Amino acid sequence: MPNLKELMQHESFFSPGHRMCAGCVAPLVVRQVALAVGDTPVVVANATGCLEVASTIFPYTAWRCSFIHNAFANAAATLSGVETAYRALKKQGKINKEIKFIAFGGDGGTYDIGLQSLSGAMERGHNMLYICYDNGAYMNTGIQRSSATPLFADTTTSPAGQVSSGKSQWRKDLTAIMAAHNIPYAAQVAPSHFMDLMTKVQKALSVDGPSFINAMAHCPRGWRYDTREGVELTRLSVETCYWPLYEVDHGKWKLSYKPKEKKPIETWIRKQGRFRHLFTDKGQTEIKWLQQRVDEEWSKLLERCKEVG
Amino acid sequence: MLQERIALTGNEAMALAMKQINPDVVAAYPITPQTEIVQLFSSYVANGMVKTEFITVESEHSAMSAVVGAAASGVRAMTATSSQGLAYMFEVLYIAASNQLPIVMPVVNRALSGPINIHGDHSDTMGARDAGWIQLYSENTQEAYDNLIQAIRIAEHSDVQLPVMVCMDGFIISHALENLEILADEDVQQFIGEFIPHRPTLLNLDSPVTVGPLALYDYYMEIKRAQAEAMMRAKPVIRQVGQEYKALTGRCYDLLEPYKLDDADIAIVVLSSTAGTTRVVVDELRQEGVKAGVLKPRVFRPFPYEEIREVLAPVKAIAILDRADSYAGFGGPLFKEIRAALYDAPARPPVVNYIYGLGGRDANLNDIRAVYRDLDKIAATGWTDQLVRYLGVREEAIVHA
Ligand SMILES: Cc1ncc(C[n+]2csc(CCOP(=O)(O)OP(=O)(O)O)c2C)c(N)n1
Ligand code: SF4
Ligand SMILES: [Mg+2]
Repeated sequence: MPNLKELMQHESFFSPGHRMCAGCVAPLVVRQVALAVGDTPVVVANATGCLEVASTIFPYTAWRCSFIHNAFANAAATLSGVETAYRALKKQGKINKEIKFIAFGGDGGTYDIGLQSLSGAMERGHNMLYICYDNGAYMNTGIQRSSATPLFADTTTSPAGQVSSGKSQWRKDLTAIMAAHNIPYAAQVAPSHFMDLMTKVQKALSVDGPSFINAMAHCPRGWRYDTREGVELTRLSVETCYWPLYEVDHGKWKLSYKPKEKKPIETWIRKQGRFRHLFTDKGQTEIKWLQQRVDEEWSKLLERCKEVG
Repeated sequence: MLQERIALTGNEAMALAMKQINPDVVAAYPITPQTEIVQLFSSYVANGMVKTEFITVESEHSAMSAVVGAAASGVRAMTATSSQGLAYMFEVLYIAASNQLPIVMPVVNRALSGPINIHGDHSDTMGARDAGWIQLYSENTQEAYDNLIQAIRIAEHSDVQLPVMVCMDGFIISHALENLEILADEDVQQFIGEFIPHRPTLLNLDSPVTVGPLALYDYYMEIKRAQAEAMMRAKPVIRQVGQEYKALTGRCYDLLEPYKLDDADIAIVVLSSTAGTTRVVVDELRQEGVKAGVLKPRVFRPFPYEEIREVLAPVKAIAILDRADSYAGFGGPLFKEIRAALYDAPARPPVVNYIYGLGGRDANLNDIRAVYRDLDKIAATGWTDQLVRYLGVREEAIVHA
């Protein structure tokens, strides 16, 4: 099996010539997806966000494939139009090549403002894969909370303060919401587990109909960690079971990875500046709550996947 | 040219034109008074009468987004809407125009909320007047049908490549049965021709393209200037397409439709269905020896300011009827632009504004007669201190909802 470094040598539909921050995990997710896609022709749609603004600064583009950015809320609807045009031309015999359609959106563009557009496209059954790169906030506008932001994270619109411990809600379970659309394939991935990620992308692209993948994509600027941690931090989000890897394949829930030893949530949040305010005497209660909620969600998932805890 | 004469409502005529255009992709979402168009089109799809791939989206925002995606993929793509639906599309309208995508969209004019109201006025499309779309306004069922077919040619012309809204008054035209002449399907197809993409498309795998990039202060203005130039080039194209359409159908279409303006002392400028009512009053007044005329702009974007100036400059007093207010404290959009166009006229005639017909309020013959009576007085003195007036408002009954 090739290692990640070797894989990254291959030319793919996403070139390294983008202007995302050093250590940003979002482009890593895109490159892993691109490697999974291989030589299959694709058209990519992208919601407004860090990935889009940093990869298409006119007159340059990091996209070697055809690419469309429309607005913030409508990557799924836009791509559904592209995919429909493709079907129209195919039916008329004007195009015969197989093309795959992939949308990328940040958590803001997917969990929040783009949820309706995504839900509609999934319900209508377009042949497309939607990938959310979840960095847990509106990073492009300066780290505002989204419905994907973790409980107690300090963001610029959920700041920790005298009477606030940061964001006061648990994150929306978007992968489950997508699975509830009864689409053929939904999965959660992390680039630290790149073979799993790539296999899932290939599975998602092979089904007949829509598919959805939610990818953990750390943001060093918003999470305030040492960029040298890199994907290690991603690995910890999986090892602590904050971000479990699983798939829902034609309605069947399956755990993709079960840590040998579930790490305490503290090991993950301790490395991130956005949770720094919890590491005081007072914050111990919050950390306990956080752990409790992670445990609850994890056992719920194990039950869904018919695994024993 | 063999044309059939039949009776259709405005919505039926628009739906028929869409069927004859036979687009590759249509996105549909219902809203009164447009709903019938998407219902009829759905039945064409269900009965195999069109080749169209149909997307029943979950909102108008997605309708316009999907149509942008389809058009950028190199196919003929359409949708239709009204009022709140158009407002809901707002950000994507600008993107469609900026990407210079030749999308054609019937808009059945309806008042914008609030208060919520389903009847016809122009507040919806007037709100989108600076979105970069060409706007054609239709007086009746025949014109709505004819405009929609011509709109395809205008939008797709290599000099233009811009989206077009074809506007028609909600209920007054959309739901009224009128006789009209329709073309045979083959003649429509021959007139509009094959769809030829003039920009790189997403589905051409040999030359990948990035559509919708980020462009900052170093390129944004050049991109916008190119868009503005396309709008300027649209004027002669609209005229040329109108002439070709006349050769085909005998029906004449230009930027403006003047009526008895040549020697007019007083004139009303009005869009869409109210132009018909106004012409009736003009004929009455002419019988009485009053030199009245009317100007109906068919095209509002691009704004034909030179042509408007030319026909209106000799008139002694002009009333601009706006079926939309701009809430600027200075009248409606048509008023402001026409008044500005007349600034360079050799002798600037007095120009007044009447806001009328909001939320479907009827504009009847008496209302129009009253405007001409006012104009008579203004023409006599050459001056008025009341620039903006409201037509048919019960001043004593002004309320807060
Ligand atoms: C309709 C609309 N509202 C707000 C914005 C401003 N905006 C641009 S990107 C962005 C945040 C994107 O967040 P996310 O989707 O999580 O992507 P990220 O930047 O984190 O990669 C916001 C709020 C916009 N472009 N359009
Ligand atoms: S702000 Fe965060 S998500 Fe955006 S480019 Fe920088 S590291 Fe990546
Ligand atoms: Mg984000």
